[in-house]
Amino acid sequence: MKTMKLIKLNNTFLLGLILILTYGCERDISDDAVPATFPTIGDIFTDTPIGLTEEFFNSFDPAAGANVNGFGTDNGEAFEGSISIRIDVPAPNDPDGGFIGGIFEDAGAGRNLTQYDALTFWAKGSTTGIVEAGFGTDFVEDKYAVSFPNVQLSTDWKKYIIPIPDPSKLLQEKGMFLFAAGTQSTNGFGFTFWIDELRFETLGTLGQEVPQIFSGASLVQEAFVGSTIQVSGTSYTVNLPTGINQTVNAAPSYFDFSSSNESVATVSESGEITVIGVGTTTITASVGANLAEGSLELTSNGPFPSAPIPTRDPANVVSLFSDAYTNVPVRHYNGFFQFATTQGGAGADPNNVDLQVPLPGGGLDNIINYTMLNFVSIGTYETVSLVDISAMSHLHVDINIREAIDGGDFIRLSLESGTGTGSTTSGDFILNSTALGNTDENGWLSLDIPISNFSGFSDLANLGQLFFVSDATISDIWVDNVYFYNE
Amino acid sequence: MKYIKSFNKIKLVLLFMVALLISACNTDETQEVTQLNNLVMQDEFDIDGTPDSSMWTYDIGDGTAQGLPAGWGNNELQYYTDRPENVTVENGLLVLTAREEAFESSNYTSARLTTQGLFEQQYGRFEARIRLPYGKGIWPAFWLLGNDCDQNPWPQCGEIDVMEYVGNRPTVVFGSAHGPGYNAGDALTKEYEIENDRFDTGFHVFGIEWGPNYINYYVDGDLYQTLTPQDAAEEAIGVEEGAPQNTGEWVFNRPFYIIINMAVGGSLPGAPNAETVFPQRMYVDYVRVYN
Repeated sequence: MKTMKLIKLNNTFLLGLILILTYGCERDISDDAVPATFPTIGDIFTDTPIGLTEEFFNSFDPAAGANVNGFGTDNGEAFEGSISIRIDVPAPNDPDGGFIGGIFEDAGAGRNLTQYDALTFWAKGSTTGIVEAGFGTDFVEDKYAVSFPNVQLSTDWKKYIIPIPDPSKLLQEKGMFLFAAGTQSTNGFGFTFWIDELRFETLGTLGQEVPQIFSGASLVQEAFVGSTIQVSGTSYTVNLPTGINQTVNAAPSYFDFSSSNESVATVSESGEITVIGVGTTTITASVGANLAEGSLELTSNGPFPSAPIPTRDPANVVSLFSDAYTNVPVRHYNGFFQFATTQGGAGADPNNVDLQVPLPGGGLDNIINYTMLNFVSIGTYETVSLVDISAMSHLHVDINIREAIDGGDFIRLSLESGTGTGSTTSGDFILNSTALGNTDENGWLSLDIPISNFSGFSDLANLGQLFFVSDATISDIWVDNVYFYNE
Repeated sequence: MKYIKSFNKIKLVLLFMVALLISACNTDETQEVTQLNNLVMQDEFDIDGTPDSSMWTYDIGDGTAQGLPAGWGNNELQYYTDRPENVTVENGLLVLTAREEAFESSNYTSARLTTQGLFEQQYGRFEARIRLPYGKGIWPAFWLLGNDCDQNPWPQCGEIDVMEYVGNRPTVVFGSAHGPGYNAGDALTKEYEIENDRFDTGFHVFGIEWGPNYINYYVDGDLYQTLTPQDAAEEAIGVEEGAPQNTGEWVFNRPFYIIINMAVGGSLPGAPNAETVFPQRMYVDYVRVYN
């Protein structure tokens, strides 16, 4: 008995020591232990919301057309229990918003979902419309967003399965559910659908996982030191217990990326590729143990050969597209007109076009890259003011042709005034194959063309469009520093 | 408190009854499944290369050479070969591979192994550990055929399907028996759906224990069907007039041999579709027979 007591004492003493030791390094341990502290509750909605924020439903931005009126619960309809979520999808012309959608968020700091392999729910529609559902969107990072855009509703209750690409990543997820619904699938007629028994589940019945990057394509691309490229087209396919292959859009953060030559390019956790050196590398990815289909082979020959930096006094310049000047608002850098095959130049933001590279002297250089060129315009009409260049004498534009120039190749530049007013004038300036070959050592053709050479273009106060026309003789060009100046 | 107490008492009694029931079931199942433990034949597929020729032979072609309509009587689409592209042993596994390729008159190739003339046995426990393929139109099976089909044409010679599976239902297998008056669409058959798992992502044991008047079907030790002569007789009732006198006869009392195959297409699974991935592989870890 005495011995035992002694042992007990010793144990207590030891325990105390351990406690002291543990206490001493509490900081380390608590850091490591953080993931284990988040709740692992799988239920999201049964008859009531489970552990969700008080507002329950957090809508997409009403300013962008999201209708917040159609969300609620229904006491008269349920798959199990007595209450389901009811969503009334508005008509597109509903003054309160033409679509409905949003997210459910965890009320706490997020949940540990690593034990689950799918989000599941039962749904039923008043008609067989198509809606979108997913999870991982929290309106903050959306780091682990997954969405299935093709939830084909049935008019009876049916179970839907949205797989989790790599559950081990979901240590603290706030985005419990996402849905979005419009009337694209119902010819503009509003409808109702119900959701019940919404939860994360461990099914064990999913298999044959196939992740994809770049939509499964093996791409080859030229790259430049200092430039960045985002991995796109990331998806995840699993075979459901029903034998159907289900493909969901999966955020890049589910993927583990790899660069075959890390001295050429590296890839961040979120799939941003940064080109850092000269050479060739292949970007591949996997989700868990499954290698993704698709890859990107990048060849970098060094820094981007930027066009000569403009030096003219901004006071004498009207710029359409240049990082050296403040640009006038444009309607588009590519109107994607009928019969045009030209790609590139999407949008109207001069700081978010096709290529963005650092300039040697600091700052960023944005470059338009037109591909499959037959014709394209930079437009300054309709949604923006026509541009007054009556005080200007010349057009400057830098063009870099990304292919061999053949005998019959040409690029015709056209200026048009009064676009959209019913009264237009226009004039052309043609660059033949000889003129196109007159470049600097980086391949840039720097043009300074008197506006008077655009014969027929007479209303300089109302410029509406500048066209680049090649009739497909030249298909791939970079365009930079498009501005008018007075000399 | 009293309410709770009495409730607990009832619960206890219920629990006890349930426990009794469960243990009763378990005992039965365990007994049935593991009755026969004397190993008489096994292939563990431990030697890479062609399968052991003392145990396995092949059915080649599309069935026409065997006197069947093209498609082995089931409108199957594959041409069976014994090429290593379709059947080989590697890494301790027998690998059957179904390929999409133009071969002879077919657009698919695959393999069908049998122990006909090499190993035939009446009664016993037949089991194999298999990882199945997947995809619409893929139809693998582990089955037995009576060794007298030459004299007593099918279904009289009897067929015991230990395991059949269609690749578009990756969580379901089924076990069947075919005989006179109960065959093809009217066979004695039952599905087994696996819980929280699938058959194409890991290995599972498919077996029967077969005695004089019963066949027990199991998956991973779960007994899910017992067939007896009474089942055969009942299934055969209502067969149209003019049926043979022996309709419903229990024909499973002679030696049977083993067949392992992977069909592509056919009446049961339907044709492969655009989503069916080729090649598809069926991996067999072992085949064991006990008596």
